[in-house]
Amino acid sequence: MRQQGPPRHSLDNTSWLRRFRLPTQPLLRHLILALCGAGILYLVTSSLSPYNDYEIGEIALYVIALAGLSLLTGMNGQISLGNGAFMAVGAYTMALLMTHTQMNFIVELLAAIGAAAAMGLVIGIPATRLKGPYLAGMTLLFALALPPIADKWSTTFGGDQGLTTTVPNAPGNINPEEWLAWIQIIGALITLVLLANLIQSRFGRSFRAVRDDEIAASVAGIHVGRTKVLAFVISAGCAGLAGGFLGLSTGVVNTGEFPLTLSIQLLAAMVLGGTGSLMGMWWGAVLLVYLSQWSTSLSGYFNLGSGASAYLATIIFGVVLIVVMIAAPTGIQGGLRWTWRRILGLLFRQPAVIHPASGLPDDRVPIYQSDER
Amino acid sequence: MSLFINITLDGVSSGMIFAALALALVLIFRATKIINFAQGAMAMMTTFLASSLLAQGLGYWWAFVAALAIGFVLGALVERVLIRPLKGKSELNPVVVTIGLLVVLEGIAGVIYGNASRGFPAAYSQSGLTVGRSKIAFSHFDVFIVVAVLVLMIAILVLFRATTLGLRMRASAFAGEIARLLGVRVGMLLTLGWALAGVAGSLAGLLVAPTSSFSPYYMDLVLVYAFTAAVIGGLESPVGALIGGLITGLCISYVGGYLGSGLQPLGALVLLMVALMARPEGIFARHSVRRV
Amino acid sequence: MRYSNRTSIGRWTSTFVAGAMGVALAVTVLAPSAGASGSSAPGVTSNTISIGATVPLTGPAAPGYDEIAPAMNAVFDWVNAHGGVNGRKIHYTYLDDGYNPANTATLTRKLVLQDTVFADVGSLGTPTQTAVQAFLNSEKVPQLFIESGCNCWSNPKYPESFGWQPPYTVEGKILGAYIKANFAGKKVGYLTQDDEFGQDFIKGLDMELPSASVVSRQTYDAATLAGPLSNQVAALKSAGAQVVALATIPAATALAMLPAAAIGYQPQYVISNVGADAPTVGPLLSSFTQKGGGTAAQAQAAAGLLNGAITDSYFAPESEVSNPWVQVEKKLLVDYAPSLYAKSGLDGNTQYGIALGYTFIQALQAAGKNLTRSGLLTAIAKSGMNFVTPGFVPLSYSSSVHYGFQGAQVIKLSSTAPPAVTPTGSWIGGTAVSPVEMTNVGSGPVTKYTGKISTPPKKLVSTS
Repeated sequence: MRQQGPPRHSLDNTSWLRRFRLPTQPLLRHLILALCGAGILYLVTSSLSPYNDYEIGEIALYVIALAGLSLLTGMNGQISLGNGAFMAVGAYTMALLMTHTQMNFIVELLAAIGAAAAMGLVIGIPATRLKGPYLAGMTLLFALALPPIADKWSTTFGGDQGLTTTVPNAPGNINPEEWLAWIQIIGALITLVLLANLIQSRFGRSFRAVRDDEIAASVAGIHVGRTKVLAFVISAGCAGLAGGFLGLSTGVVNTGEFPLTLSIQLLAAMVLGGTGSLMGMWWGAVLLVYLSQWSTSLSGYFNLGSGASAYLATIIFGVVLIVVMIAAPTGIQGGLRWTWRRILGLLFRQPAVIHPASGLPDDRVPIYQSDER
Repeated sequence: MSLFINITLDGVSSGMIFAALALALVLIFRATKIINFAQGAMAMMTTFLASSLLAQGLGYWWAFVAALAIGFVLGALVERVLIRPLKGKSELNPVVVTIGLLVVLEGIAGVIYGNASRGFPAAYSQSGLTVGRSKIAFSHFDVFIVVAVLVLMIAILVLFRATTLGLRMRASAFAGEIARLLGVRVGMLLTLGWALAGVAGSLAGLLVAPTSSFSPYYMDLVLVYAFTAAVIGGLESPVGALIGGLITGLCISYVGGYLGSGLQPLGALVLLMVALMARPEGIFARHSVRRV
Repeated sequence: MRYSNRTSIGRWTSTFVAGAMGVALAVTVLAPSAGASGSSAPGVTSNTISIGATVPLTGPAAPGYDEIAPAMNAVFDWVNAHGGVNGRKIHYTYLDDGYNPANTATLTRKLVLQDTVFADVGSLGTPTQTAVQAFLNSEKVPQLFIESGCNCWSNPKYPESFGWQPPYTVEGKILGAYIKANFAGKKVGYLTQDDEFGQDFIKGLDMELPSASVVSRQTYDAATLAGPLSNQVAALKSAGAQVVALATIPAATALAMLPAAAIGYQPQYVISNVGADAPTVGPLLSSFTQKGGGTAAQAQAAAGLLNGAITDSYFAPESEVSNPWVQVEKKLLVDYAPSLYAKSGLDGNTQYGIALGYTFIQALQAAGKNLTRSGLLTAIAKSGMNFVTPGFVPLSYSSSVHYGFQGAQVIKLSSTAPPAVTPTGSWIGGTAVSPVEMTNVGSGPVTKYTGKISTPPKKLVSTS
């Protein structure tokens, strides 16, 4: 198809845009992207108010959780409605270490990742035998079952008052919100770089192979069970880090932070962002943090009294979920990609090779977005 | 011993309610291969409407029948308006749409009915039956729960097994394209599946309300346990929903009675994991075929 | 309701209250401020004070609790309509946190960092408010009158935090002492929420009751509370508990009483204040009727189950219609929050909100014209004990004690007492069965309160 485009030696002043390519070596390419992102976020956080910084930090932590879920569901085809519970495991691990030991902050975060990943192993092994809705049912129950355990043994887990978390002291006179946001942003960027590399590595290919066809994958020499468990463990580890960060943002860790609705919202935000995409998770996280606020202020315009307008906010949230799923079935990232390709196609009169149902280029259509049902 | 008997009886009546809602999930899954996370919220909505009708002075049974009828219409509407446009899209989209519907319905109920606590009457006395000298934890209303759910279950089975309409429904769910070629109005029958599920869900809502704190959220946990029941039963089988419901009801009742109520979801999780380890597609799944 | 020690105020009439209320505000409560000094405190201007709170307005925790902040706001509207405090009108922003501490943390930062509120007033919940306690204290933002009875609000580490309602342990001790005195030798069972609320309440009960008399300790988990608490009730019955002490939210009170009635188990209930508000619990219990039967029959069924139950109260309950505080509260809702009054009426939650809002007004007045955050805290610690509030006992604030009320009166719900009438029906009222009693969260004894029971301010009377 490419031959139909304009000649490459064209001096058209937009063509340099098309020629511009990031390095093809994945690690380098992702590091450059991450550094650019870091630069932009640095400019943003240092110019905004402390409260906005706090919100950006929250976005970063949800990006981590969503990216892990996107890997699990989009790349490996497993649905999890229980990632909120993995966040709880990470948060409690970090908070317990902070309460009882004097460990290094980084070590505490690594322990949070490790504990959540270990729990991911426990849930992931039986999950390998399950498909679609069966797996959804099991993980949903997991998200409901885990938090009450912390209430049951309240002397260990702090009960209602929970366990206090402390952010390491900020260097210089950076305000605490900006400093916390930076810890979370750096965590998010490292996670994204690692996941992006993983996806393009041998492991990523085997994830997708298993997702597309387990039997074909096993014929090709991929250990299906092990691959699925690995995806679960990585996803849980991401949730663990996000949980630790949520504990830092909130200031304490208690069970009220990890209700069943958290797990459900994570899945919804991931699908809204664009299943299988990593960049799309920023959209999902922005919606998680801002959508309820926007809808609350929007519902303020209708004079319904506080209780009713609070409910109106939840209605708006639900309507957005429904409308996006019907209008942009591949999520926001998919919709943007589709629009971008349309624009490029118009500019260069080059029909992009786009999968009709998903809006993704043909070679990147995940199975969940194929016509197959 | 009387403790054990009371806990068991309690498990049976809650298990029957889980079975009714699980049946609704099964009907929808058979028809469209979707888990309807809004099933509990739809039941909540119809039960609130019934409570409004009762407040207007309508008789209990009229309100009861009206709730079932509204459930039928609501189920059909949801399928036509929200689910049909997703045909051919990723299987995650209906999940998110039904979650969105759940949120919207709870919000609407919150705007209309507020948070004020209210009661919902039971069809029959909730006072326990007297056996020998003591009252047991099983009332006339519990008897009604068991009978109502069994009647619904049998009616659905008769519909599927013994009528041409049921045969067509099974055909359109099992092999839609072929059924269409044979002149079956597949779309209509999928809608009918959702509508029947709406009826089953409404029944569950009406049966749960008198023994729970009746609020926009009162079906949330019931839905989770009904989902557990449906998964244990195999998601495709009405009988599986019944058995799954009873097993789940008894399990959480025993865990609650002997280990503490906070561990009930954990008990259900262990039950589900054990059941799925033995039969990964549920106890009553048809012989599973791996697609190659 | 006929309280033996309160008959003298029974002759007050509602017309008097209606007229006096506005006068009191103009004359004594709010000294007019000719040019309030240009205070530089955050959230304060020469003619406004911004305060904020986070409360559950949606979600499973919202029922009942969503009435408190709007009721508080009615107090502020009333004050604003009469010129504000020292010429400053109060702007109250209350945001919905859905009882999720992560939301509380975000919204509290929004209130403090973005909206720059002067103080956080009347935020609800133990898990939610412990989450922001460190933040508010480090920002030196007063965290006033937290709507929770946790023992954790009086902590020298957190000088900005003040509780308000009686700590659950204080309630537990007062009710425990009543059980010991009146149901001696009977077997006692507990049914409590498995969190701070239940544990602190048990702490109080256990200080008073001999441990041998406690035969069963049942709990339930609030997050997974779905259906009736049949199992716990069956366990209490088979353990032979004759007295059952409940530390339950209203829904859980109903979900315990329904299955108990079903198996013909009729213990003596002793219910913490939180779970015993008849207009809140009553509608839930009315499910016990068959096929509707009309609101009257429903209320009667509920009354039948609640009749004889023991609870406690720290201000005059809504059913005592001749009490001047109750009259003031009712008038205030009717005039300044008519939609709230139409929906909920005067019940335990709206009364709570009004009493709390009124306490804050008293604190603002005590802090004087030159309003600062530290000045407000000093004023509460210094003169909090003298605040005139609907509470039976004075607030116990001092520089070292940050608990509010530490006393209550034991009440028996009775179908012969005047009922509490709300938009949802007519619900069982109560009769005082003990004098007002005081104690503390520590090992102090439960003693009779001998001081004066407050009435709406005296000058309010003379200027009318």
